[in-house]
Amino acid sequence: MTADVKEAAETAVTDYILAQETKDQLRFLTCGSVDDGKSTLIGRLLFDTKLIFEDQLAALERDSRKHGTVGEDIDLALLVDGLEAEREQGITIDVAYRFFATDKRKFIVADTPGHEQYTRNMATGASTADLAVLLVDARNGLLVQTRRHAFIASLLGIRHVVLAINKIDLVEYSQSRFDEIRKEFEVFANGFDFETLQAIPMSARFGDNVTARGQHMDWYSGPTLLEHLETVEVGEHALEAPFRFPVQWVNRPNLDFRGYSGTIASGRVSVGDELVVAGPAKMSRVKNIIGAGGEVPEAAAGEAVTITLEDEIDISRGDLLSTTAHRPDVADQFAAHVIWMSDEPLLPGRPYLLKIGTRTVTATVSEIKHKINVNTFEHVAGKTLELNEIAFCNFALSSAVPFDPYEANRSTGSFILIDRMSNATVGAGMIWFALRRASNIHWQALDVDKGARSEKLGQKPAVLWFTGLSGSGKSTIASIVEKKLHIDGRHTYTLDGDNVRHGLNKDLGFTDADRVENIRRVGEVARLFTDAGLITLVSFISPFQSERQLARDLMGEGEFIEVFVDTPIEICRQRDPKGLYAKADRGEIKNFTGIDSPYEAPQTPEVHLKNVDREPEDIAEEVIAYLRERGFLGS
Amino acid sequence: MNMQSHGITPERLSNLKRLEAESIHIIREVAAEFSNPVMLYSIGKDSGVMLHLAMKAFYPSKPPFPLLHVDTTWKFREMIQFRDDTAKRLGLDLLIYTNPEGLQKNINPFDHGSSVHTHIMKTEALKQALDKYGFDAAFGGARRDEEKSRAKERMFSFRNASHGWDPKNQRPELWNLYNARVAKGESIRAFPLSNWTELDIWQYILTENIPMVPLYLAAKRPVVERDGMLIMVDDDRMKLNPGEIIQEKKVRFRTLGCYPLTGAIESDADTLPAIVREMLIARTSERQGRLIDKDESASMEKKKREGYF
Repeated sequence: MTADVKEAAETAVTDYILAQETKDQLRFLTCGSVDDGKSTLIGRLLFDTKLIFEDQLAALERDSRKHGTVGEDIDLALLVDGLEAEREQGITIDVAYRFFATDKRKFIVADTPGHEQYTRNMATGASTADLAVLLVDARNGLLVQTRRHAFIASLLGIRHVVLAINKIDLVEYSQSRFDEIRKEFEVFANGFDFETLQAIPMSARFGDNVTARGQHMDWYSGPTLLEHLETVEVGEHALEAPFRFPVQWVNRPNLDFRGYSGTIASGRVSVGDELVVAGPAKMSRVKNIIGAGGEVPEAAAGEAVTITLEDEIDISRGDLLSTTAHRPDVADQFAAHVIWMSDEPLLPGRPYLLKIGTRTVTATVSEIKHKINVNTFEHVAGKTLELNEIAFCNFALSSAVPFDPYEANRSTGSFILIDRMSNATVGAGMIWFALRRASNIHWQALDVDKGARSEKLGQKPAVLWFTGLSGSGKSTIASIVEKKLHIDGRHTYTLDGDNVRHGLNKDLGFTDADRVENIRRVGEVARLFTDAGLITLVSFISPFQSERQLARDLMGEGEFIEVFVDTPIEICRQRDPKGLYAKADRGEIKNFTGIDSPYEAPQTPEVHLKNVDREPEDIAEEVIAYLRERGFLGS
Repeated sequence: MNMQSHGITPERLSNLKRLEAESIHIIREVAAEFSNPVMLYSIGKDSGVMLHLAMKAFYPSKPPFPLLHVDTTWKFREMIQFRDDTAKRLGLDLLIYTNPEGLQKNINPFDHGSSVHTHIMKTEALKQALDKYGFDAAFGGARRDEEKSRAKERMFSFRNASHGWDPKNQRPELWNLYNARVAKGESIRAFPLSNWTELDIWQYILTENIPMVPLYLAAKRPVVERDGMLIMVDDDRMKLNPGEIIQEKKVRFRTLGCYPLTGAIESDADTLPAIVREMLIARTSERQGRLIDKDESASMEKKKREGYF
């Protein structure tokens, strides 16, 4: 070569390489039963895309004569069946990864075995695949394993399927046979939620419709397998999903730099975005993003980056960062599909290690809801799970973890199970939903306590327990107090005879026992409201000292404020707003306080309201003043 | 770092970007999960790419593990020079290990043959080094497209306490969730470049401008023809067989091992683009240049069972 020609050639190569920069990658899975010709198909793809080099070809010819099953021809399957044992048995027992490329795409092929005892291998191959090529022998049509493979592909979240109707040469390239199988599969696959389904008639052995159009099938106008693989749009669900970033490694070279390294599981992130740590709900903004090529303003799903934040917050490996708008579920119980991969059965209640994203926790299966027969898809009951079985289970975890349903996010919805003794990977799971929705987000239930709630409300919780005779003005005063507090921006609730007797306590009468129970229940409810941070107003006659003491004992120190509405019985009788005294006098009401049942006046109430010749408004103000003095109303 | 290579792809990541991200993810996962990892550095192009990815994975920190070179003492001199320069340039710890018994018995490829030499000076030496330092994980630059038994290799490949590989009892590997749990004495070989092809490697070297041992580029070098291969005479330990003569030929290496075991190819490709061009029209696969794979067609699987990388 002259220098000029050489230089031109190099420029051309450099241009070609740069053009490769945008070359796409497609990962697909081939599955089908042993005799459907998977390995032959992959061998054909490699052979036709010229990735089989001459020396491998020479070795292949030697091997074909030794183990081959196709007589004098080269057995393309031998190229793919890697391990010695497989070559000897003539079957594929593990997942093998193969590579080929065209100018448009590079392909990574997971070749997986078809037998039912290798369901786990197929699931393994499917877990990273964008598309599945399902082989069918045209002579046999859809078999049990075809359905099983479609089911597993669907379960693992594959949305694009090619139905490769192979060995079409052995049915005289029959269009009607092709249509028959295609239609049967379409009906069957209806429930599987596949986005694309392309049926292609082919002969892997002779190459028809694999990379080149066959000469014998003028009736077929669809794409060849390679054309389809090169052009099929595998929509990036991961790009469209909300931002998820499992922190893999904290990058801390010196005191001035603190970055969080990891691979973006889904969505995209830009400098300035507000992010939140799932669970503790600590927030900050993105300061810098360092991609594989240096600092970038934004990054998206699949990229390995290091993110720095504006604020120093405590983040470590296993934490999941998301945007504040779309947060993941956080729970310590969820329901998931599990594929069991160990000879030792899965036992409910036995602790396993569960790795989800970058976090590992201890987990047990609390219940096997049902097993799924992979051939008939029937739900069957089961106490344990054997190798290659699939079940829908409830999980209980040692601590809450952030996740999304697998359907929405393959990265944050998947997990593996590891045996704690052998360290083997024994299962794989796909989460369906959380079982304890209430504990989403603020999963640190123990940390969100009365103090945290009242701090958020800007007040100290309290129970204002208004006691006094019927008609003493308790409810009127309590109502005014609540209005004043409300206007002041406080969070309150009033419990009185009317709203409690009609619901919670409607089973109670007016015997002494029922009166005590009435007060006990009201006290318990007031206690819960206090725990919620509220200022609770209770307006009850509560005539007995022991009952009020019972209520007082339920509350924390200083929270129970006994408000004695001290109105002489004569005045009460005068007012008699509900005509109760009149009825009692006539003997129509038994055990009426002040008539035929005693009222034990409080000896040392926190607030003693003398209600003679005063406006209720003024009396209410006395209560507010007390609260303000004692610091219940914050700033 | 090359800033331009970023941002061309608006939606899906390109093939190279996806491979790069996957490798970085694996490298970080090993660093995070293991207490004492090491990166095997064999000085070749795959090692060079793996090291480049490790530098990116932890930037601005340095990779939190040392490099280990198992030195058979039969590496090309240019390789040793390049190895030392690289460690110095990147400021990384470099451990060098040679099997002391092999050294004492003067095990060499000429007198003992490639098989014995490789076993003692590479496989055994590697196991000794891993035991000596107590490494619980070791990165290797192997790729699945290199050879049939490698095609079934896991990203995190489990090794028992005697460093053996059991191809029939491999841990299932789903999604990007890698099981890093090992008992004392057991270890994981991690292969971050599993999904790269030789073409990917060269494209990446070209776009990222990664330094390489000059032996990959064609130059006039002294070689002899032996067993149908061109063997470079790198020093005076090379004994000539009767009838062999040293010739000056313009040659380069597609793969770098011990010099008496690694055949050169005649080539004019003395720049990176020229190498890639040659790649694209290549008619022989890269491991053909290595004598060790020829013994039997499944020889790699055998070696791997015994603890070879």
